[in-house]
Amino acid sequence: MTAIPAPSSTSVAGVSTHTLSQGKRVALLTLTVFLALAIYYFVGVDEGMTSVFGKTMVIHEWVHDSRHFLGFPCH
Amino acid sequence: MEIRVIGRGALAGLIAGVLGFVFARIFAEPLVDKAIDYESGRGEILNALRQAAGLPTEAEGPEIFSRSIQSTIGIATGIIGISVAFGALVAVGFLLLHGRLSVRPRVLAWCVAAFGFLGIFLLPFMKYPANPPAIGHDFTIGARGRLYLTLVALSLILLGAAVLAAYRLAPRFGGVGAVVIAGVGFLVLFGIVLAVFPSLGNLHANVAVAHELGFPRAATETPQPIVNTLGKTLTVDGHTYTAGQIVYPGFDADVLWKFRWYSLLNQVLIWTTIALVFGTLMERLLGRQASAPAGAEAREPAVVA
Repeated sequence: MTAIPAPSSTSVAGVSTHTLSQGKRVALLTLTVFLALAIYYFVGVDEGMTSVFGKTMVIHEWVHDSRHFLGFPCH
Repeated sequence: MEIRVIGRGALAGLIAGVLGFVFARIFAEPLVDKAIDYESGRGEILNALRQAAGLPTEAEGPEIFSRSIQSTIGIATGIIGISVAFGALVAVGFLLLHGRLSVRPRVLAWCVAAFGFLGIFLLPFMKYPANPPAIGHDFTIGARGRLYLTLVALSLILLGAAVLAAYRLAPRFGGVGAVVIAGVGFLVLFGIVLAVFPSLGNLHANVAVAHELGFPRAATETPQPIVNTLGKTLTVDGHTYTAGQIVYPGFDADVLWKFRWYSLLNQVLIWTTIALVFGTLMERLLGRQASAPAGAEAREPAVVA
């Protein structure tokens, strides 16, 4: 994004989190978001509306109670 | 540093997930059992009625795992897993914003967690709240899933736009003025979204079965009482049901209310725990330079004593 200067160590926000190179930082954040969305999908959606590994219902049945309680549509 | 921040987010999520699981074990599971009892009773009587009327019967869903597995490690996997994911996402949001705003690390952590709670859970919940088993038709799962996920995405986008608008308007209208303007704008837009998204009972597939036994037209998919709508007296297991008589009750309103209330409280618990734990960890990781030297704090109690 835009180049806003990193805060100095005396700033209220504290020390900077930037220690990785920009490329590695982008890769790490992308990977984290991808993994988190994968968990969200498999806990909440898979083997219901859509299914990645075929309609076996194993994942669906395993997380069944949490899917209801977490607010996802279920049967 | 980035990896340490994300690791701490995931750790906060793990702690939140364990608490959320304990909460669910205590408060959700008794209701899930009641809902499943209702569902199987309903399925049995529907099949018996259909059989008595000479209509085709429907098979029950599969039972791959026992209830005791679903209600322990099954629900633990789901709640702890998704809480870790939420914690990691909060950490990513924190990393993207940290250094751009002049707020303490813990305040930023709380704000990101509050954003997640509202956008991912509470706003979509207003239109499509959590439902226990027995509520939700198999044949509408595709439509319901698409609607729900679209509403989650729209909630996040509108909420993000409102925050950005408040931030941009603040120099001209002041902090309070900017928040009020952005807040009212958000409420109007989100209100339109809530009005446009259909009630689940009005989905085509549900309207199409409204003439069938046990599926009368309703605004939601919450099971209505099964009424003998076949126009003739039916005898099932020695009981006689005349035309128009209620054969099986609708879903228990108290069970539904409690399930939704506890679902909401569970999310409050999960997101609050993430906010507090992650906020404290970020304050310790990043805020050290801002505080006074440790020696100054340590001496004070001695002076008082």
